[in-house]
Amino acid sequence: MKNKCWKFGDNVNTDEIIPARYLNTTDTSELAKHCMEDADPDFMKKARAGDAIVAGENFGCGSSREHAPIAIKAAGISCVIAKTFARIFFRNAINIGLLIFECPEAAEEIGEGDEIEVNLAKSEIYNHTSKKSFTFEPFPQEMQEIIQSGGLMNFVKTKIE
Amino acid sequence: MGMTITEKIIAAHCGVRDVRPGQFVYANVDICLGNDITAPIAIEEFEKAGIKKVFDPEKIVLVPDHFTPNKDIKSAQQSKSLRVFAEKHHLKYYFEIGRMGIEHALLPEQGIVAPGEVVIGADSHTCTYGALGAFSTGVGSTDLAACFATGKVWLKVPESVKFVFHGKAKSWTSGKDFILYTIGKIGVDGALYKAMEFTGSAISDLSMDDRFAICNMAIEAGAKSGIIAPDKITEAYVNGRVKKEYVTYHSDPDCNYSKIYEFNAEEISPQVALPSLPENTKPVDDVCGIKIDQVVIGSCTNGRISDLRIAAKILKGKKVHPSIRLIIIPATQDIYKQALKEGLIEIFIDAEAVVSTPTCGPCLGGHMGILAEGERALTTTNRNFVGRMGHPKSEIYLCSPAVAAASAITGKITPPNEIIN
Repeated sequence: MKNKCWKFGDNVNTDEIIPARYLNTTDTSELAKHCMEDADPDFMKKARAGDAIVAGENFGCGSSREHAPIAIKAAGISCVIAKTFARIFFRNAINIGLLIFECPEAAEEIGEGDEIEVNLAKSEIYNHTSKKSFTFEPFPQEMQEIIQSGGLMNFVKTKIE
Repeated sequence: MGMTITEKIIAAHCGVRDVRPGQFVYANVDICLGNDITAPIAIEEFEKAGIKKVFDPEKIVLVPDHFTPNKDIKSAQQSKSLRVFAEKHHLKYYFEIGRMGIEHALLPEQGIVAPGEVVIGADSHTCTYGALGAFSTGVGSTDLAACFATGKVWLKVPESVKFVFHGKAKSWTSGKDFILYTIGKIGVDGALYKAMEFTGSAISDLSMDDRFAICNMAIEAGAKSGIIAPDKITEAYVNGRVKKEYVTYHSDPDCNYSKIYEFNAEEISPQVALPSLPENTKPVDDVCGIKIDQVVIGSCTNGRISDLRIAAKILKGKKVHPSIRLIIIPATQDIYKQALKEGLIEIFIDAEAVVSTPTCGPCLGGHMGILAEGERALTTTNRNFVGRMGHPKSEIYLCSPAVAAASAITGKITPPNEIIN
């Protein structure tokens, strides 16, 4: 499946991804309506289910609000590719099963509107627009287990049972 | 090779002799924390998983502090979910308004966190407790839910970076200025995934309140944690508050740091972080004269008693500039009462400031002082991101309580020594 990309810069913070004025709800569809609102007020008018976010360094910095990856996931964004991720956003994404890929070369090369395809088995991102491919470092085994369980709570349940 | 204080604490909580940076571990948690924004999701996840019992009702802390006193119906529902969960699971630590405070000021004050512990909180500023010599880090709501169930957290052992502050702090330079200066030097991702360890003579001289302000903003450099090894000042603070047994840890002389920064404290003047990242720091002298509309003194960074004392010292007998709205928020009920006893609240009211009950409120653009389009705030809080305190086209400048108080009098960014010596 090809995914259209929306490009953002460095240090996109969780206040921009989902401003605090919307944090008085945990309703995922409500959060999705305001996804990326303070980084790009028109984002939800333009983005379609399956699209990807491509960003620079330190994506998701700031607050620990899980509402940020939840809003992105609920908006139907298929994955986030960044040069680096802020650490709480990173673990939240792993824990809730939002696909994220740390790949500085891809994050640099992919342009706004480019169409990409991610091959998880090969740890590869292919840019159909520029015809370039990039490989990313797969997550450590322990994180893979959490992802494959379908998120941390499912993983925890299997351990408790 | 030896271990850092952070590695020692993590190893002790995994039941092993040593751990190394990069190692993936499941650590036992001494205290886990959630608030009225993050805990509702954790509670939903916990209940959705069908888990019946929490791991330990004495190790879970719930503090509704962000939108409280509840700002609207939806926020009231969120606070209610904490209250109901706390009752259902007989939690020892649930803090209702009137008894509460901003979580990261409240937990140390109430002796809930001890040196040498592992603390996780579904709030990014959980790194504050590193000032007590604990390993303390912010996580998300699902992490908190998993901890409710298991008492454990997954961690990659962080590399440590050491920051040595030599010499003695100048007058009017506070812990807040040290951390703003540091973030200005290394950037908002300068310590990404790492443990920041603060040391040196200028750190040893600092009060606990200043140390809390430093560790509080480690996250603003991308760090997993900030830590200051316990000493006599830590001991004096903890003594009488912490009722449980605890162990203190110190870094070995031959431990490994991925980087060491050395700063001369005598060269650090009061700092201001310009919009819209905490790394955009400048000495206050370079930015004085910038006009502002609102000043906030408070938050988990700078709402403690010594912060209020400094503000009162500057504001005593003066009036807030006619074009300025000054909002002062004591971080906890105890701090509020102490400020009242010392006459600080009267000084603030006489100066025509607003004094609020403890709340995170304006720091995250929640309530109690939201900015309109085009307005500019100078604040002792911790983030100056776009739209953080209100309208996306408002601006935020970060500073210490001394700079905030001095500027509230003049209506523009002002060094404190221009008001008093």
